[in-house]
Amino acid sequence: MPKVDLDNMDSVYFDVLKEIGNIGAGNATTALAKLLNMRIDMKIPKVAMTGFDQLTSVVCSEEEIVVGIYLLLEGDVAGSMMFLLKEASAHRLADQLMGREKPAGNTFSAMDLSALQEAGNIIAGAYLSSLSALTNLTITASVPYISIDMAGAILSVPAIEFGKTGDKALLIETCISAKMMISGYFILIPELASYDRILEALGL
Amino acid sequence: MNEMIKVGMADYKVCPYPEAITTLGLGSCVGIALYDPVSRVAGLAHVMLPDSTKISNNRNKAKFADTGITGLVEAMVESGAVKRRLVAKIAGGAQMFAFSRQSDMMKIGLRNVEATKMKLRELGIAVLAEDIGDNYGRTIEFHSASGELKVKSVGRPPKSI
Repeated sequence: MPKVDLDNMDSVYFDVLKEIGNIGAGNATTALAKLLNMRIDMKIPKVAMTGFDQLTSVVCSEEEIVVGIYLLLEGDVAGSMMFLLKEASAHRLADQLMGREKPAGNTFSAMDLSALQEAGNIIAGAYLSSLSALTNLTITASVPYISIDMAGAILSVPAIEFGKTGDKALLIETCISAKMMISGYFILIPELASYDRILEALGL
Repeated sequence: MNEMIKVGMADYKVCPYPEAITTLGLGSCVGIALYDPVSRVAGLAHVMLPDSTKISNNRNKAKFADTGITGLVEAMVESGAVKRRLVAKIAGGAQMFAFSRQSDMMKIGLRNVEATKMKLRELGIAVLAEDIGDNYGRTIEFHSASGELKVKSVGRPPKSI
């Protein structure tokens, strides 16, 4: 029997996962700040176990357009990870990455998408390498996949992964803000066996 | 008209005539609208996974195509629908991310659609129309007064099937 049951999570485990989210998001923010060469503040992440019927509503309304960058994880920790930006934040981030003075407007060019994908890769990579350093576990990530669509549709992908093991999802929400507001959300979706491995590696 | 009845992820609800019922932002999940054209009782399920027997934690019936459809049919019959008159319209089952490697996990949308069709066939419910697959999300509305299923997507004209 796995030690971790997402539907009835022990508060000690929950605190540990919360702290992991904190450290990971902190490193990810630092990576983004370096990439953009600007100061970025991070709010204390909110970590919540939500029923997946509420997963989307934590972020925004189901039909709001978001950009999702999704990576598959392999190694000691298997599963997937998503970095989510609201459309307006993604536009601001793309403008910043492409060094544009004026906003480019309402559509993403192929270059914008590629830049966002790479930013997602760097951010997620920083998140994962801190988790890896902390636990001494090997985590390798796939290339980043990007999709722009309704939040409900994008979030159905991690929700389905959570759905295989329980009725709840672990959401780590990090609001990062630069001169202009860019807010993003991380969703880490380890397979159930990987939770045990993480906790075991931390001596729990 | 009153506000539409809303069905969440891993959920199903019955929709009495002449109301309308909706589910927002279907991705790889499948929306199954069932309808009895005589009593005009409708119902909508939003299922996430194909098969309840493959997963140990399967208490939530509405999560799976097999048990979700059975559950919705039972609930509709209780509300006055007749099982042999039921017809279906389905939407969703997209692949939201263009994965380079194809494994079962990534083809979940397709598997959800297959499982849905298999269950409907088993129950003798005909699929009258479908808008499935591809790589984009869908919001659907089923109108019990007309039997119409409206499909809305980002950057695409709305359809009625």
